[in-house]
Amino acid sequence: MTASPSTPPPDDGLSRAELAAKYGLTVSGARPGLFEYVRQLWGRRHFIIAFSQAKLTAQYSQAKLGQLWQVATPLLNALVYFLIFGLILEADRGFEREVYIPFLVTGVFVFTFTQSSVMAGVRSISGNLGLVRALHFPRASLPVSFSLQQLQQLLFSMIVLFVITIGFGSYPKLSWLLIVPVLVLQFLFNTGLAMIMARLGSKTPDLAQLMPFVMRTWMYASGVMFSIPVMLQDKPAWIADVLQWNPAAIYMDLMRYALIDGYGEKYLPMGQWAWAIAAGWAVLLAAGGFVYFWKAEERYGRG
Amino acid sequence: MADDKTTLDKAPEASQGHIPTVIADELHIVYRVNGAKTGKGSATSALSRILRRGEERGVRKVHAVRGVSFTAYRGEAIGLIGSNGSGKSTLLRAIAGLLPAEKGKVYTDGQPSLLGVNAALMNDLTGERNVILGGLAMGMSREQIKERYEEIVDFSGINEKGDFITLPMRTYSSGMAARLRFSIAAAKDHDVLMIDEALATGDRKFQKRSEARIRELRKEAGTVFLVSHNNKSIRDTCDRVLWLERGELRMDGPTDEVIKEYEKFTGK
Repeated sequence: MTASPSTPPPDDGLSRAELAAKYGLTVSGARPGLFEYVRQLWGRRHFIIAFSQAKLTAQYSQAKLGQLWQVATPLLNALVYFLIFGLILEADRGFEREVYIPFLVTGVFVFTFTQSSVMAGVRSISGNLGLVRALHFPRASLPVSFSLQQLQQLLFSMIVLFVITIGFGSYPKLSWLLIVPVLVLQFLFNTGLAMIMARLGSKTPDLAQLMPFVMRTWMYASGVMFSIPVMLQDKPAWIADVLQWNPAAIYMDLMRYALIDGYGEKYLPMGQWAWAIAAGWAVLLAAGGFVYFWKAEERYGRG
Repeated sequence: MADDKTTLDKAPEASQGHIPTVIADELHIVYRVNGAKTGKGSATSALSRILRRGEERGVRKVHAVRGVSFTAYRGEAIGLIGSNGSGKSTLLRAIAGLLPAEKGKVYTDGQPSLLGVNAALMNDLTGERNVILGGLAMGMSREQIKERYEEIVDFSGINEKGDFITLPMRTYSSGMAARLRFSIAAAKDHDVLMIDEALATGDRKFQKRSEARIRELRKEAGTVFLVSHNNKSIRDTCDRVLWLERGELRMDGPTDEVIKEYEKFTGK
């Protein structure tokens, strides 16, 4: 190890750190402050949107039917669940058929939105190490972009959902406008959760193997294909309360309330207060997840 | 700032070379590889590793860069040489702030960037969309991309044999894809530019064109790092060379001296 021969005379005697300070050099790859980070992330919004749309398009680009699968996949999904839970298991206790089928399909689509955001979130850093190690951008762009991709996917599913809902006699009405706030709140919740999962997944990629089981348990516990209060009426009341207050169940119930005629306020936990719970979950997860993700910003990319 | 001024007054003709742009201070980089512990990779051995208490179970560490220090100045073109796996590319990534340091620090002036955009591109998208996606990933604005779009496509020469830019990238020959990737990457100006080897790909004609573009980028950039196994291209472009071996800085000095030693070492 030879000493650097080109150290200039005037800066002799300065340590490297002092030299850096003197010329205003900054530590490479240091974590920016929280507000600076938000600013950088906002500056990358075009990249985030373009990346999510690119991922969405690339998904079915090799299929013969192409982008038609965006709509066909959720439709087939709904069909399978209807076959098993509607016809074979007859989980539609407490509902008319005209209510149960849109109820089931809404549940499946809304839960899938959260489920796939979490799954994409786990892999958003660990599965894109090449990108993280080659280019500069606030790393939160990745989990945000993946949840955005899932949101766009859900919007395609909504087309199917509208058709089914109308087909079973719930026609468009003013309350359909409530879909927008539900989607916004759920998107915030999902993005926050995806950022938490992204940080965990970057340290422990094994989570990608574990999460499908966690998510499936969550799905069955959230009343995707049955009504929680009806199914649990002979159990202690607090169990149903806990299940109904969980964010996935709240977003599903609000979406059903907005769309389906026979699914009125009495099905919401605590009536209209359900909106406050939904907003609370969204703000808690979005803010908490963002800060939690940002705390490790300079460490992503080691692997 | 006052300090700067006096320095400039004392040595006006050398002032360009005396402003540091990159300082590496006792830099260590360690990779952690999951599930690559020596021995059998069977499920039972993985389980026993998990059960055995230890600092980090089932993780093997690769110490890729060991205590490298140097200072680079404005206007310098610095070559990085060393045998395969000596830590050259890792060092570049650490300078760019893309790989977190285990110990030590890298100080830089502004944001150094690697020339390369491969990881952001998607084979299933058309060349057209990849130009936009790659540009955005490098931090260009939509307007900048729109401005340079024609330039990028023309430079890549993708459309010389028909309207290929509207086809998915997976339909390109490997040479065509490499040309498009280089053209996108080279579309942006950089302060501190880092170029990894084997960039000049494609046919002879494109190689000439890309070498010219690299020279152009070098002129615009403040400091250039070049990783290459081609001693001739290092001699042509660099005035200073860092020689890395097993993650350690073995030599740092004027190009001719270092390359002479390096050639002796490699027995050429």
